[in-house]
Amino acid sequence: MYTSSDLKKGLKIEIDGVPYVVTEFNFSKPGKGQAIYNCKLKNMLNGSTLAKTYRSNDKIDVPQLSQKRLKYSYKDGNDYVFMDEDFEQVIMREDVLGDARYFLIEDIAVDVLLYNDKPMEVVLPTFVEKKIIYTEPGARGNTATNVLKPATVEGGYQIQVPLFVNQGDIAKIDTRTGEYVDRVAAKKG
Amino acid sequence: MNIRDKKSVFELRSRVLQCVRSFFIDRGFIEVETPVRIPVPALELHIDAELSDGKYLRTSPELHMKRLVAEGYDRIFQMGPCFRRGERGHLHNPEYTMLEWYRAGADYIDMLVDVKALIAFVVSEIHGRSALVYKGREIEVMPVWECLTVEEAFLKFAGWNPVKQFDADRFDCDMVEKVEPGLFLNMPVVLKDYPAEAAALARCKAGNPAVAERWELYLGGMEIANAFSELIDPVEQRRRFEECAEKRRGMGKEVYALDEDFLSAMKKGMPECGGVALGIDRLVMFLSDSVEIDQVMAFCV
Repeated sequence: MYTSSDLKKGLKIEIDGVPYVVTEFNFSKPGKGQAIYNCKLKNMLNGSTLAKTYRSNDKIDVPQLSQKRLKYSYKDGNDYVFMDEDFEQVIMREDVLGDARYFLIEDIAVDVLLYNDKPMEVVLPTFVEKKIIYTEPGARGNTATNVLKPATVEGGYQIQVPLFVNQGDIAKIDTRTGEYVDRVAAKKG
Repeated sequence: MNIRDKKSVFELRSRVLQCVRSFFIDRGFIEVETPVRIPVPALELHIDAELSDGKYLRTSPELHMKRLVAEGYDRIFQMGPCFRRGERGHLHNPEYTMLEWYRAGADYIDMLVDVKALIAFVVSEIHGRSALVYKGREIEVMPVWECLTVEEAFLKFAGWNPVKQFDADRFDCDMVEKVEPGLFLNMPVVLKDYPAEAAALARCKAGNPAVAERWELYLGGMEIANAFSELIDPVEQRRRFEECAEKRRGMGKEVYALDEDFLSAMKKGMPECGGVALGIDRLVMFLSDSVEIDQVMAFCV
């Protein structure tokens, strides 16, 4: 059992036999009153969202999740196909994967959380490297790191990058925040 | 945001601390420092204390400051760290800085006069005028403040009257979800006359025991300060502590011993007095147009 004070962004809970993940979390406490936890929850089975308010002493169920290491293979329409070590296929839908889909790279190994053998969520490596497929050229000689411009990486995800980063460069992205961290390689030639 | 980028906020914060000190010193208050590690924290239903090697870190300096008032210190203030376990959000950090002041012979309305003068003084010292912009809205802090009773506010925003029939769960939820969002006006807002069940350490109104002499100040929709006409009746104080202890036990929370030193100080004779607790971090948020408490703290541990 969790209590409401365990709530935080990313916590997985269970309500009426359905696993949810906390996607937004707001703690408030009126003067001398009890803590109020306003949460946005994502249904891990179908991706739908739910707003829920917990009060200070509420008890919350813990979902029984298992974890399996899988390799990402390919995308088929809205389905993302993963393979276990026995080459059994595990399919995750786009809406269940969420933003994680942008960071999948062919043959990347990820941990997948399963609930009653159904895949719920992928645990990505903290950093992934992605090629920048489009960004406006930055001003020549500008090496400032605090001025940013939009860039699109392979798979269609948009990030903000410093001006000196060019199309064709490889960017290192933090999958927890979805933000640019570093340029790992400049475009060849 | 990294610490380097916060420098302008910390310059402002430093000036706020100086303004607050000179405001009180000029009015004949003395600055006191009471213990941070204490044998027992004040019993409050929803405030939990951090343990510190067999003692507790104070959740507020209230009981020690009132002991000073009982000993004849009739105008005192203190600014310092307080600690509340598990309180973390965009307006909360488990360690934060509290300003408290107490004035003998005053009631909660007198304390409202104090806080009005304090806010007007600090805002004009920092911004050079009596208005500022917070979250995109121009807020004028002088001379008119909106003052609503809790009854009026709940009837207006939540559609029920907690003074007539109190429901603690509904009161707290509606306060956060329905009432407080309505308190972000272009002037400071005071919510006053709380239901007796939410009196905490305030005395009840002489002619109307269903209502406690307590107010809360909101700046930019954010709760900044809490004030009481302080309860000075030792029998009633003990009864409230015991009732609170019983409720905490029922909730499975740690039950703190009664602060007998405080109760006996009150028994020896405590003058009528008013007290205010004001969150310095939130005041700095208001003055620097910050939306997260982390923006005004150097390190959030």
